[in-house]
Amino acid sequence: MAEQPMTRNFEIGGAPHVPPQTTVAKVMLQVLLALVPGVLAYTWFFGPGILVQIGLASVFALAFEYLMLRLRGRPLKPFINDYSAVVTAVLFALCIPPLAPWWVSCIAMLFGIGFAKHLYGGLGQNVFNPAMVAYVVVLISFPQAMTSWLPPTALAEHSLGLADTLATIFTGRVPLEGGWDAITQATPLDLLKTGVETGRMVPEIRNSPIFGDFGGRGWEWIANWFALGGCFLLYRRVISWQVPVAVIGSVLLLSLPFWLADPDSNPFPLQHVFSGGIVLAAFFIATDPVSGCVSDRGRLIFGAGVAIITLVIRRWGGYPDGVAFAVLLMNMAAPLIDRYTRPRMYGE
Amino acid sequence: MTPSPIDEAAHEAGKRIHHFHGGLRLRHNKKISCRDPVERPPLPDLLIVPLLQQAGDIAEALVHTGDRVLKGQPIGQCQPCAAIHSPVSGTVEAIEDRPMSHPSGQSGPCVIIRPDGREEWFKLNPVDDWQTAGADELITQIQRCGIAGLGGAVFPTHTKMRDGRDRHIHTLILNGVECEPYISCDEMLMREQPGKIILGARILRRVLGAERVLIAIEDQMGAVQKALIGCAEFAQSKNISVIKVPTIYPEGGERQLIQVLTGLEVPAGGRPSDLGLVCQNVATAAAVAEAVTQGTPLIERYVTVTGNGISHPRNFLALFGTPISHLVACCGGYNDDVARLVIGGPMMGYPLDTDSAPVVKASNCVLALSRQDIAEPQVEMPCIRCGECARVCPAMLLPQQLQLQIRNGLWKPAQEYGLSACIECGCCDLVCPSHIPLVDWFRYGKGELRKRALENAATELARKRFEEREERLLRLKQERAEKMTRRKQVLKDKTTQQDRIQAAIRRAENKVAQKPDGQDGGTADDT
Repeated sequence: MAEQPMTRNFEIGGAPHVPPQTTVAKVMLQVLLALVPGVLAYTWFFGPGILVQIGLASVFALAFEYLMLRLRGRPLKPFINDYSAVVTAVLFALCIPPLAPWWVSCIAMLFGIGFAKHLYGGLGQNVFNPAMVAYVVVLISFPQAMTSWLPPTALAEHSLGLADTLATIFTGRVPLEGGWDAITQATPLDLLKTGVETGRMVPEIRNSPIFGDFGGRGWEWIANWFALGGCFLLYRRVISWQVPVAVIGSVLLLSLPFWLADPDSNPFPLQHVFSGGIVLAAFFIATDPVSGCVSDRGRLIFGAGVAIITLVIRRWGGYPDGVAFAVLLMNMAAPLIDRYTRPRMYGE
Repeated sequence: MTPSPIDEAAHEAGKRIHHFHGGLRLRHNKKISCRDPVERPPLPDLLIVPLLQQAGDIAEALVHTGDRVLKGQPIGQCQPCAAIHSPVSGTVEAIEDRPMSHPSGQSGPCVIIRPDGREEWFKLNPVDDWQTAGADELITQIQRCGIAGLGGAVFPTHTKMRDGRDRHIHTLILNGVECEPYISCDEMLMREQPGKIILGARILRRVLGAERVLIAIEDQMGAVQKALIGCAEFAQSKNISVIKVPTIYPEGGERQLIQVLTGLEVPAGGRPSDLGLVCQNVATAAAVAEAVTQGTPLIERYVTVTGNGISHPRNFLALFGTPISHLVACCGGYNDDVARLVIGGPMMGYPLDTDSAPVVKASNCVLALSRQDIAEPQVEMPCIRCGECARVCPAMLLPQQLQLQIRNGLWKPAQEYGLSACIECGCCDLVCPSHIPLVDWFRYGKGELRKRALENAATELARKRFEEREERLLRLKQERAEKMTRRKQVLKDKTTQQDRIQAAIRRAENKVAQKPDGQDGGTADDT
């Protein structure tokens, strides 16, 4: 032991002196991981188109992310590597028809990433969910391209392989006799809406082979796998339970009285849940922390709001599904909800 | 009078274990420093006793360079804080600025003492019989011996006890919950000196007039409970219970511990004494026992020297002023990969830039971390509002929104978001995926609020002075004006009086003129 120990100097750094538990990139990666089962199911039921769309949207998303970061003079590396643009791209791709032409993704990502995200200040600053802005822009602008949906491969007379899918997406022409008409078909929600509007009864409409046990054939299974991924996110505490419970619970609760009162012109509650984008939105879109609410009570209100607006649009609106509009409308309300649902502080 | 439900719950303290909001389960890392019994390290060559042991107040030195001091002799005093005593007998070599183990990282005035190794004690004045002594006598003894909260906050114990004596306190809580990883000094103290803690608890209970003592320990501190209970039974002292609480960070925080024991929250802006509770650290209780029964001032404490950067981690009973480098050398020195030196735990501790800084009253732990233990400097990303910070916040704040207010300089909203309620535990920092230095922002915000409060007070004073001056000037002016009118009046009165005199003279003259010879007859008006 030294009689006069030498003193030593150290570099200082702020507390806590422990590595952080997580990063934005890890959060986003977990979201992407949680989407994998649903995407695989989607591919299984509707062919490889979705994979092409995810690839396309991701490329455009990253390209616009890069461009906007350059224009805004922001550091590239941390923001390109945070995977947030990829999450936006994948969620958008899951909303559009699998054979949508390539330029749909391009325009959508320009608006989603370029406008909704970066013009509002980039990651963490966007008021609106970028994927939903992207989807709504192309949904309103290109109704033709956005309504050419495929039936599940099991029901299709002609199903497209990867090469044909690529050809269709990049040329806009279906390399089959009969063109688009030979392969596209109305979605279950389209069928339901036009059916009810033309005076047919729901049980009668549901006789179409395109319906499964609850929602559309295929779609309901995809929804199940998305829910499974969502449970993974809940388990990993990437999302909180309030939003999914509020969305799905409100859909069930609110559609129940309509169905009980008039089961002929209203679909039953589970059909609502398993049709369209409800499950995906409940776990992956309405749970977006940036554009959603922060407090627990606020998240319950936010989720319920998404459910109510979706049901209103489905029942009385002009679109067969209204999840995207519902999310955007609730995004607008989120700051106000947060303001009025501030939790109590310790000792207050 | 029926007791309110809050009173009832406070009286039920310790009967049930409650939960506090948020918090984190962290790896304990305590065992590595608990293997060896606690020893006093050999005397260092020089002791450096900072005159600033507590936030804000620098003590006034009572000795001069060249003075001989005795062990336990007062060397520093300051009114609001606890007194400072010489830890050894020896000579004062200098009183100069040195690095002083303070969160600010600044140097400050320190008394440098060269020990003579004779360990001659200053005359000690123990209390004769604490069981019959009055509360005031005991509090004075605690103050004279410089006892301060040894949990890390170094709040003067006599102030807390005086406040407690004046309120109706029913329960004394002794905090043996360290909860920050690595720190084991309180556990070692409870293992080795349970009798002293129980004695201190009884003395403090007497000062407060409290009925009960609860000693809270972590659920993973095995033999400690038995030792403490055994001592309480030996002392035939009733109403002392030892309660194990789950080890969740930051349970050692006073407000969190009270919530766990009672289910109640200390009111915002209030103190535990509002609930009839007083909280003291177990080491403080042991120091009180020594101060009262032996008259020993606070000159040493248990210090954990630990971390992956230390070759043989252990606990010491170290004199204040012992350089940290000396303690580390007694532990076999640093490991090669040591990267950061921290005083306190990994969550709330502050870094030191040199190990020449000394052990002070607040130093519970010297933590040397290796490169792997600490984070690489992280790029700060924007907040994605994930809300994890709010989920773990034991003060139930919304750290991300609070941080935003501070960043934008919105001080009033920052206060509304509970800035002053933040206990700086660092939970939010640890879970933030964007690596925002939230606690740094909160510290900055608190400092800014304090600064603004001072500025406001100064402006208020200046405004008041200005207003008073204006008022005074106005009053003077009015007074002058009044005086003037009064003078004028007087003058006027005087002139009229003179007129009257003149008139009278004239009348008299007239009269004289009207006398028979009547030569000088005039026509003077009769006014």
